[in-house]
Amino acid sequence: MTIPTELLSKIDDVITHYPVSKRSAVLPLLHLLQHHFGYITDEGITWVAAKLELEPMQVMEVVTFYPGFRQAAPGKFHIRVCRTLSCAMAGSFELMDNLCQLTGIDRSHTDHHHSIAVSPDGKFSIEFAECLASCGTAPVCMFNDDFFEGVSADKAKALVADYGSK
Amino acid sequence: MIQYKPGKEPHPKEHRLIFKNVDRVDWDTSIERFLKEGGYEQLKTALKMEKKAIIEEVKTSGLRGRGGAGFPTGVKWTFIPPNNTKPVYLICNADESEPGTFKDRYIIYQDPHQLLEGMTISCFAVGANTAYIYIREEFPEGAQILEKAIAEAKAKGFLGNNILGSGFTLDIYVHRGAGAYICGEETGLIESLEGKRPYPRIKPPYFPAALGLYMCPTIVNNVESLCHVKHIIQMGGAEYARLGTPRNNGTRILCVSGDVVRPGYYEVQVGKVTMGEVINDLCGGLKQGRKLKAVIPGGSSAKVLRADERFNLKQPDGTMKEIGIEDIPMDFDTIAACGSMAGSGGVIIMDDTRDMAWVLNNLNNFYAHESCGQCTPCREGSLWMKKISDRIVAGEATPEDVAQLETIAYQIDGKTICAFGEASAWPTESFVAKFRDELITHTSTKKRGQIFNPVTKVAAAGLKKQPA
Ligand SMILES: Cc1cc2nc3c(=O)[nH]c(=O)nc-3n(C[C@H](O)[C@H](O)[C@H](O)COP(=O)(O)O)c2cc1C
Ligand code: SF4
Ligand code: FES
Repeated sequence: MTIPTELLSKIDDVITHYPVSKRSAVLPLLHLLQHHFGYITDEGITWVAAKLELEPMQVMEVVTFYPGFRQAAPGKFHIRVCRTLSCAMAGSFELMDNLCQLTGIDRSHTDHHHSIAVSPDGKFSIEFAECLASCGTAPVCMFNDDFFEGVSADKAKALVADYGSK
Repeated sequence: MIQYKPGKEPHPKEHRLIFKNVDRVDWDTSIERFLKEGGYEQLKTALKMEKKAIIEEVKTSGLRGRGGAGFPTGVKWTFIPPNNTKPVYLICNADESEPGTFKDRYIIYQDPHQLLEGMTISCFAVGANTAYIYIREEFPEGAQILEKAIAEAKAKGFLGNNILGSGFTLDIYVHRGAGAYICGEETGLIESLEGKRPYPRIKPPYFPAALGLYMCPTIVNNVESLCHVKHIIQMGGAEYARLGTPRNNGTRILCVSGDVVRPGYYEVQVGKVTMGEVINDLCGGLKQGRKLKAVIPGGSSAKVLRADERFNLKQPDGTMKEIGIEDIPMDFDTIAACGSMAGSGGVIIMDDTRDMAWVLNNLNNFYAHESCGQCTPCREGSLWMKKISDRIVAGEATPEDVAQLETIAYQIDGKTICAFGEASAWPTESFVAKFRDELITHTSTKKRGQIFNPVTKVAAAGLKKQPA
């Protein structure tokens, strides 16, 4: 695992935000690694632990708790569809089915511990997320860091076409 | 005259303080724009005041926390031990994770400097020199907007060392969560900020104002609460307290979602509009030909109210008055007296097409997923409730299962480390109490103990769309 200089300087900078306890930098460091590598590897966990002078277990337990951290590669574009009540009432389950069909993703093997499914071409991956705090514009979803609201069937189609060509 | 984007104009029944700049035509997130409209003037005023005097103003204003519990903000600030010698921290709770709530998002994305100014005044008042904004991970752009705003404020001398020559120093950092609802709970949030699993701490002794971040006094406030502080300084506590109704002062942002024509955010004076006005006026009523069935008035954890319920409420003069759901004023105390809570301001409206077993099941899936797992009643109970409601939706439950569901909920409520216990139990308690017959119609007459196929049919039920 090589950490590019630019990433390393971001990492060193963010550690300064926590002058009292370096351990506080676990989440920001994991975010930076995940953003760069796509997911958190065992090597990444050991690296963060060494960097912050922690036991690897102290980093591992964080990675396995938070739904926002992944331990397997997602697709190039990772889709999160809101599953919670207001979105579900507005058709987010239909949206999920729709997106799976458009991207060729089979979600039948997912469960609580393996919530992400990837398309055969590796371009897309998908999972349900809990309330994304935009219930008034339901149903909503995210493609990587981009947020979309009021996602109708047509809009879903356009989104997959758009990201698919990137 | 402020111009709003077409179709985004505030409703005449709104009173915009916090959301004044949301959806404005000529508005952006830059500090220049903010300064043109008197930005950071209240900070200048506050820095010339005694810290105690600021806290007094906030107390006088009657401001109650907008994050969920509705605790008086000024009073919370006085809980820092008087003989404290440790550093004091302030944390802005921007986790916005309670289903049905979506107000902090718009403050962060459209008016970040309002939040920074409110935070800086608050930090000065409580004596904090370091503050963190704990923002949910699903607001990646929001985190960037805040970071840019912090850099701008620092460059202009509103943050950093010796702010505006006052000798007061403050650094604000943005800290991103990672998709866990429990990080909204203030002690879970603090554990998360310390780089650990967000396991809430038990109170007492771990009241954040005494033993918070790094075991130092820590004030945790919601985004919206901190923004109100700026307006309290501007108006004066007494003048602010004139907004709203007694004990329910100021304005608050209602987030309405579900089966209404115009879902969205509406900032109103607390208690000055009724549930009926929210539904019929602000939100344009229910969809054509539909009837109201139920309302969750304050985020998904609040107990559901049934459309035909009658509430017998004590009036200020001691007499009793019976009201219906549409007459409930949207304040903290009346909604509590009706057996629910105003909570985070997330109002979820359900019409007569909604299947209550399916709705409850959706919520139970949420709580089962989000329990942190520390307390046995919550960890096991939330999953158990999910499994039973999965079975009810799948038509594979017995009528006794509905009673069982209720029993489990009452074994969580009041028996856990944090208020997630209540949050997860209240939906089940209230849905079963108020829609028992409807839940029972989903059950089958199969005998108890009969073996169902749990893997194929039942396990997936929670992830199903509502049956047509
Ligand atoms: C399970 C749970 C989730 C919570 N989520 C949030 C949240 O997302 N945002 C928030 O501001 N407060 C949330 N709270 C309330 C906080 O614990 C805390 O009371 C609040 O941030 C205090 O701020 P306030 O006094 O300004 O309301 C939550 C509480 C619980 C029990
Ligand atoms: S009540 Fe639930 S969420 Fe809260 S500490 Fe206990 S297990 Fe965790
Ligand atoms: S329920 Fe989907 S954003 Fe809140």
